[in-house]
Amino acid sequence: MIDLKSVSKRFDDTVVLRRVTARVERGEIFAVIGPSGSGKSTLLRLINLLDTPEGGEIRIGGSSIHTKGDQRLRIRRMMGMVFQKPAAFSATVYENVAVGLRFRGVSEGTIREKVGDALDVIGLAGYEERKARTLSGGEMQRVALARAMVTEPEVLLMDEPTANLDPVSVGMIEELVLQINRDLGTTIMISTHDMYQGQRLAHRIGVLMDGVFAQVGTPREVFTLPTSREVARFIGIENIIEGVVVAAGSGIAVIDIGGTSIRAVSPFGVGEEVCLCIRSEDLRILRPSGEGDLHGKNSLPGTVLSIAPRGPFSRVTVDCGFVLTSILSWKTVDSLGIEEGEQVVVSFVPEAVHAVRAARG
Amino acid sequence: MYEIIEGFIEAGRLIITLDPDVMTIAARSVIVSFVATIAATLISVPLGAAINFGTFPGRKGLINLIQTLYSLPTVIVGLLIFLLISRVGPFGFMRLLFTPTAMIIAQTVLVLPIMTGLTISALSGVDPVIRDTLHSLGATRLQFLINVMKEARFAILATVAVGFGRAISEVGAAILVGGNIMASSFMRSTRVLTTAISLETSMGNIPKSIALGIILLTIALGVNLAITMVQHR
Repeated sequence: MIDLKSVSKRFDDTVVLRRVTARVERGEIFAVIGPSGSGKSTLLRLINLLDTPEGGEIRIGGSSIHTKGDQRLRIRRMMGMVFQKPAAFSATVYENVAVGLRFRGVSEGTIREKVGDALDVIGLAGYEERKARTLSGGEMQRVALARAMVTEPEVLLMDEPTANLDPVSVGMIEELVLQINRDLGTTIMISTHDMYQGQRLAHRIGVLMDGVFAQVGTPREVFTLPTSREVARFIGIENIIEGVVVAAGSGIAVIDIGGTSIRAVSPFGVGEEVCLCIRSEDLRILRPSGEGDLHGKNSLPGTVLSIAPRGPFSRVTVDCGFVLTSILSWKTVDSLGIEEGEQVVVSFVPEAVHAVRAARG
Repeated sequence: MYEIIEGFIEAGRLIITLDPDVMTIAARSVIVSFVATIAATLISVPLGAAINFGTFPGRKGLINLIQTLYSLPTVIVGLLIFLLISRVGPFGFMRLLFTPTAMIIAQTVLVLPIMTGLTISALSGVDPVIRDTLHSLGATRLQFLINVMKEARFAILATVAVGFGRAISEVGAAILVGGNIMASSFMRSTRVLTTAISLETSMGNIPKSIALGIILLTIALGVNLAITMVQHR
């Protein structure tokens, strides 16, 4: 539905997008995640014809968007966009939602019907005559969503639509996004710096870093099998350790990290430099006496550096020659009875270790 | 001091009794400045929009020039229009000198820079997200312009109030091209509040000057109150 071919954009001397190539399928929710300044908003603005790329091509439904006159307007009217900042026209809620329909010359009767339906969907029925600017940020953003959707666009672009909203409003917008995609089959491209939002909503995720898609895949692929150290760091993998493959075979490799060996599932050959990515949730911490079955697992002795609360969990860092971080429940920490400076063993299965090539990109 | 107090009492009497002479001058003032403001609005709003949304070389220089002309002296405008419409001027054949029409033209020219400049400010003050949203919703060029102006309507209204205030309060141009004539016909006379105040004061007729001054201030206050009420509606 949306084809991006080598799309480039710069603002003065700053290169924002570097030959971005991707494809968003019809009916798909595609989330663009990435740190601030990675080019997410610029990409959506280029697709929505609000900016012009320096190079490359964007196609919507097979047609190039880089046209002029009526054709350009026709393509733009295939799309709707919701912006990060909730913004309403200085008019009633009804008039706000009706704007796009009025631009298209739709009859007043049809407008009344469609606006009524749209307000029902967003849970703001009865708000027709309210001044839109008196609404809360969350309500205003729902009006913006209704305003974009009432024209029944084939493509809905959402630029960090929940970035300024409270958690309840975020939940409502997310539910609406899923509902719109499910009920209307609208292709949705949503940018967010909240990677978990991408995970909750998207069929596929594109991780945009430094103006290029570092990885595109299903949420499961992106969150469990990051393709680079940078993606791993962005998606919140706390333990990223560099090492060299010293033995490989039957799917399990041994990686040397400054004298300590770790067994990992790895496709890399002997002598290759790799980064090991281990989610802190996958690390267990045991007393050195060593209860439990450690057969086949990595078990590294180390010293507890710190135990810090993090929400309902505790974040425990252990020095094993390199620092490993584990997330444990308070109850687990209490039952282990560990304190800072004590000797422990960090244990994890080879399958919890995801190896990526150490070289950048 | 006693004279001034007496002046105010007499002024009150002139206003309360709706003195025909004073009311005629006030009505002419309002009509001339109102027509000039409408004419200036019809020019400055599209012109301001064209400059604000246009991309052409020298755009910034033009905006600077317009802002400089905010403080255009009224007598200079008067002189300029005088030269253009005097019997020897290029538009002398139209016989406009010392007519209300000449005053309307002068006041229009006088308020045009400030109204155009403030229109540009009003339009550029519209939230960029609103502008993006209009484009995104598939507005044509005309639909975009109309809707941005709708968003800026209160700021544009304030611009109109500023223009009217400057037009009705100026004296230099009105006296140069109007001549402060009190003829038998309402529409052939060119005496307005400011020129009348100037004349009456010079003749020592202080109560009438004060009455005319109070009316001038009341009109300005009334216009501003009306605009404020609309903005807060």
